Amino acid sequence: MTLLRVENLAIDVARDGGSCRLVHDAHFSVDRGETLAVVGESGSGKSLTALAVMGLLGEGLSVSGGRILFGDEDLAQMSPQARNDLRGSRISMIFQEAMTSLNPVRSIEHQLIEGMRLKKRLSRRAARARALELLAEVGISDPERRLKQYPHQLSGGMRQRVMIAIALACDPELILADEPTTALDVTIQAQILALTSRLCRDHGVGLVLITHNLGIVARYAQKVAVMYGGRVVERASARQLYRAPQHPYTQGLLASVPRLDLPRDTPLRPIPGAPPDPTVRLGGCRFHPRCPRASDLCATEVPPFVTDGGHEVACLHSGSQSSKPKGAAA
Amino acid sequence: MSEDQPLLEVENLHVSFPIRKGFFQRTVGAVQAVNGVSFSVPRGTSFGLVGESGCGKTTVARAVLQLVEPTAGAIRFDGEDVAKMDAVALNRFRGRVQAVFQDPFSSLNPRMSTGRIISEPLRVHRLTPESQIKAEVARLLDMCGLPARFADLYPHEMSGGQRQRVGIARALAMKPELIVCDEAVSALDVSIQAQIINLLEDLQKELNLTYLFIGHDLSVVRHICDQVAVMYLGRIAETAPSDPLFAAPRHPYTQALIDAVPNPDPDYEAGRHIAPLEGEVPSPANPPSGCFFHPRCPLVTDRCRQEAPHLDPVAPAHFAACWETAQTVPAE
Repeated sequence: MTLLRVENLAIDVARDGGSCRLVHDAHFSVDRGETLAVVGESGSGKSLTALAVMGLLGEGLSVSGGRILFGDEDLAQMSPQARNDLRGSRISMIFQEAMTSLNPVRSIEHQLIEGMRLKKRLSRRAARARALELLAEVGISDPERRLKQYPHQLSGGMRQRVMIAIALACDPELILADEPTTALDVTIQAQILALTSRLCRDHGVGLVLITHNLGIVARYAQKVAVMYGGRVVERASARQLYRAPQHPYTQGLLASVPRLDLPRDTPLRPIPGAPPDPTVRLGGCRFHPRCPRASDLCATEVPPFVTDGGHEVACLHSGSQSSKPKGAAA
Repeated sequence: MSEDQPLLEVENLHVSFPIRKGFFQRTVGAVQAVNGVSFSVPRGTSFGLVGESGCGKTTVARAVLQLVEPTAGAIRFDGEDVAKMDAVALNRFRGRVQAVFQDPFSSLNPRMSTGRIISEPLRVHRLTPESQIKAEVARLLDMCGLPARFADLYPHEMSGGQRQRVGIARALAMKPELIVCDEAVSALDVSIQAQIINLLEDLQKELNLTYLFIGHDLSVVRHICDQVAVMYLGRIAETAPSDPLFAAPRHPYTQALIDAVPNPDPDYEAGRHIAPLEGEVPSPANPPSGCFFHPRCPLVTDRCRQEAPHLDPVAPAHFAACWETAQTVPAE
């Protein structure tokens, strides 16, 4: 059953009396117990999309189109009070930097039980007992002592575990994780991601994993949405996407990462140019200035989504003819 | 200064930082950031240092750049001990060795135009007459794939990838022989990162540059470097040419690092059986006894807890410091 369905989401920022569109068309869905990865580079709109689902867009930013369906309710139409009730209880979020998202002057205990006291109306004692269980579940040893500590007394990996415990505290149905391991070392990254995906699967939680790392997507996600310049350009199961990427941007991304599973001298084929500046108006397909297959039509026409066996792509010249991320060794 | 002499030799390098406490800032201990590191880099090759935060890789780079003073050990450049250089030789050394840093925003002065950033070393070292500086800046920008008009731009007017190209152009201005790249591509987006990696590789071929490449992304380091050393808590755990190091690692830490890196291939990942490394890197102020890796090691024995292993040869140019795996093959 579809847990979250984002349809044609658009996000604007108010600017110099007018407005500027940062996210044009975000479109994806995630089911219970499933992990959806939203992949993109900086400025692709992936974090803004997550914040919009959470209802945490900052000042000047607003949802200007589309729907965010959670169950059968449209979050975009909901009152702030109703959204507040959902946030932290049925939908929660894991942020990138645990150091800046945890409150430095509050103990771990305070931050862990706050949500349970507010949203689930648990007594202090019951919330504390649950907090101890949660810390043990996320693999923190000596939970009694950790509860009394403050964020600066924990290592980066430990802080991220606390963030996961907070996200799980009220038994959410959906968790959004925005680059949850980008600031961590690789061995800690592997621990944290394995933990997050195991807990989400065990508890039947839908996970939206936002990342720029194509390897992480391949290891942990079942479905992928690729974002570029504020648009989702390709959606597929992880297997389909990697076996036969259809959009030239996805193909370009896969050809530009060095990989441990290919010969060392496999040449990298970078995408020329740089991602579009969102403040500059750009007609047609957002990728056309960098695209090897662009035609005149690409500069004027926004490509519609074409579906082929669950693999959806928004490109006028899609196809896998020039995609050889595997055979590039020669 | 023969041809087969390594350009850079680091021998038994130690760097420690004092831990100070209290009102009078008394020294109460020391952090051994680098603990007996040796390696050499032949001219025209790339040497990679990988490891997690706190492993000392950046401190090694800073010691090579003479930005921190070694506590013990020697750094030889082109056969000459850097510590024994006089002021004139040291000044020349500083031109022959250049650095490219991670964050292309904080390593470029925001108040200086690109032209001034790149020409400053030329002026300081009086390498180029004033009348030719503009042409030289244009040439350096062109080498790094930027048009000459970029000389008039300021760092905030450029994208991250363009700023990193300026950082590289600045390093090239001195016609260096060795470039220390400290996480030089880590802050860049995937599509831009590949552009900069290719640029570094092209420049190396063109100018016969030698790189000391510091990184935490194993796939990037493997791609660029001929020889790689894996560091853990200030020591080298294993060093080998890139191919054998990644194809047949001998140290359990190297294996764990490789396992931790997911490959962009769901079929490959589904077939992998990985036990993530438990625990975290201990504090270098209070390292464990014996082999520093023993508290996290799946192969730990009593000997590992008591005695630190030596970096022993396991294959040509392949050394590993592990009692369990390095000893199984007779040394060459």
